[in-house]
Amino acid sequence: MSGNGFAPVRSTLRWLEERAGLGGAVAPVLDHPVPRSTASWWYVFGSATLALFVVQIATGICLALVYVPAADGAYESLLYLNFQAPFGWFLRGVHFWGSNAMVAIMTLHMIQVFLWGAHKYPRELTWIVGVFLFLCTLGMAFTGQILRWDQDAYWGLGIGASIASRAPGVGDTLVHLLLGGPIIAGRTLSRFFAVHVFVVPGVLIGMIGLHLWLVLRIGINEWPMPGRVVSRATYRRRYEEEVHKDGVSFFPYAARKDMVACGIVVLAVVLCAVVFGPFGPHGVPDPTLIDTAPKPDFYFLALYALFALLPPWTETVVILVGPLVAIAALFLVPFLAGTGEKSWKRRPVAVLSVLVIVLIVATLAGLGVTVPWSPKMEAWTAAATPVRYVKGRTPLELQGALVLQNKQCRTCHSLGGEGGRRGPALDGIATRQTRDQLIRQVLQGGGNMPAYGKNLSPAEVNALVAFMATLRP
Amino acid sequence: MTPLSQSRRGFLFKLGVGLNVLGAALVGIPVVGYIFGAPRRRTDGQSWIPLGPVDGFPAGETRLATYENPVRVAWDGATAKVACWVRRIEGERFQVFAVNCAHLGCPVRWFAQSRLFMCPCHGGAYYEDGSRASGPPPRGLFEYEYRVRNGGLWVRGGQLPTLSRPV
Repeated sequence: MSGNGFAPVRSTLRWLEERAGLGGAVAPVLDHPVPRSTASWWYVFGSATLALFVVQIATGICLALVYVPAADGAYESLLYLNFQAPFGWFLRGVHFWGSNAMVAIMTLHMIQVFLWGAHKYPRELTWIVGVFLFLCTLGMAFTGQILRWDQDAYWGLGIGASIASRAPGVGDTLVHLLLGGPIIAGRTLSRFFAVHVFVVPGVLIGMIGLHLWLVLRIGINEWPMPGRVVSRATYRRRYEEEVHKDGVSFFPYAARKDMVACGIVVLAVVLCAVVFGPFGPHGVPDPTLIDTAPKPDFYFLALYALFALLPPWTETVVILVGPLVAIAALFLVPFLAGTGEKSWKRRPVAVLSVLVIVLIVATLAGLGVTVPWSPKMEAWTAAATPVRYVKGRTPLELQGALVLQNKQCRTCHSLGGEGGRRGPALDGIATRQTRDQLIRQVLQGGGNMPAYGKNLSPAEVNALVAFMATLRP
Repeated sequence: MTPLSQSRRGFLFKLGVGLNVLGAALVGIPVVGYIFGAPRRRTDGQSWIPLGPVDGFPAGETRLATYENPVRVAWDGATAKVACWVRRIEGERFQVFAVNCAHLGCPVRWFAQSRLFMCPCHGGAYYEDGSRASGPPPRGLFEYEYRVRNGGLWVRGGQLPTLSRPV
């Protein structure tokens, strides 16, 4: 390495160092000692999230070179990026998959540090700043979805405005603040562009700096051992001792696993971008094209599902108070359990809480994918009546089968597995309800079913019920 | 020695703080007004809008009508357009509904066969008169005020209908 060929390089570096002094500032950061136990694969998620953030900034700046943040040009500029700008499709793909990966890996990071007790004394502030980073990242995800300025973005804003409007007293003001005008239109997009590109990234960069400073200043969380209880009196001294006795310098001993992990997630994002390509834009953002079923990106599917499943009378309270309680709980975690056992092996409540929350969110998100509550609007023309239900039926019963199809019962009820799942499947309905019960249910509705009394003639009801009375296994 | 509060150094320090506070206020107050100004204009957008001749809406039917929002900017593009459902009961009796579901604002679709409005998002359903039939909506569809003038149908609107400000 010490060949003469390097001499000019070395003298240039010396020249720079004499003036900028960066080496002297960075070296202690790289060399700072960390407990040997932290050079672990479990400790890589934070660095991986940061790597993804850097990728997001780089691709985001590139996209902003072309993207038109105006309601009458945004959609076309996205199509231009997808199909004409050289590598525009790739950059959009990396930005989209990078955002998904960032939310996912950041969530893993949060779960890991919580289970490893890293939120406890003296790292409470690190956790709090981390919660801010998490919320800002979700904010980036939502505003980024709006910049896609397609039908999902338009109606997603409608959902956001509807939620804001429920706030007592200030609902109307919040809606106007969100939309920047009386309707979802040009001023709304400009507003979200500024928030996505300037406001939140600025806050994020500052907060990341603070987060890293805290990690450096207080030291990375050691691997928790059952029985090694955190107390304010002894913790810092014991940590210093451990680092002193059995510490390694961060670079390269711990950093190499971080580097590998960063490389893997970035390559995975690139692979997704190449294989799956960019996401959207979907339908043109024309509010008069109403044959659309808006859906959020995956990070908000659980919320979307919750809105469908909450009992209506709880909804306003849960929608408005729920997120505040959840965020407050996250901020309060280090104050509720700031000392004591750190190891997940001695923290059953913590482990169960994580499991329950993950299961709830995953279940809701899964339901958000299959949307069993959404009416299947095409079923009445697209899904045929199964042959076994029309074979050997009387003319009256066949007429009833037609009524069932034409009155769009299958928007909510399935037959032979096809149709909506909002209401119960009608296969075998005859074994569950008598003729009179069927008539009552059709005419008066109830239990989440509209009443069809005004929309069906007595003859139609007669035929429909005659047909349903034949639906047995 | 002069006390600091009377010295030239003390005066300069106070002047420095004062000038910067003044500057921050002179820049900051308009900024706040700029960002929060929009919600203050309460009358924003409420005006009478023509939906076309009444003959375009046959009695007993419900049809989609569209209009351009009266308050708009040049770069709104297609998003300046607004859709609404027009139900002509008979003669000059109409009902004009916002397409936005009263639950969370998704666009409801009209099904003439079952005479229901249905929402694709969370499964809200409404009867043909706009009243809530089933699902999560807390109320019926938002209904526009309307009038018939010289054979034309007009509605009063210009605002995204929400629970806190129904049309």
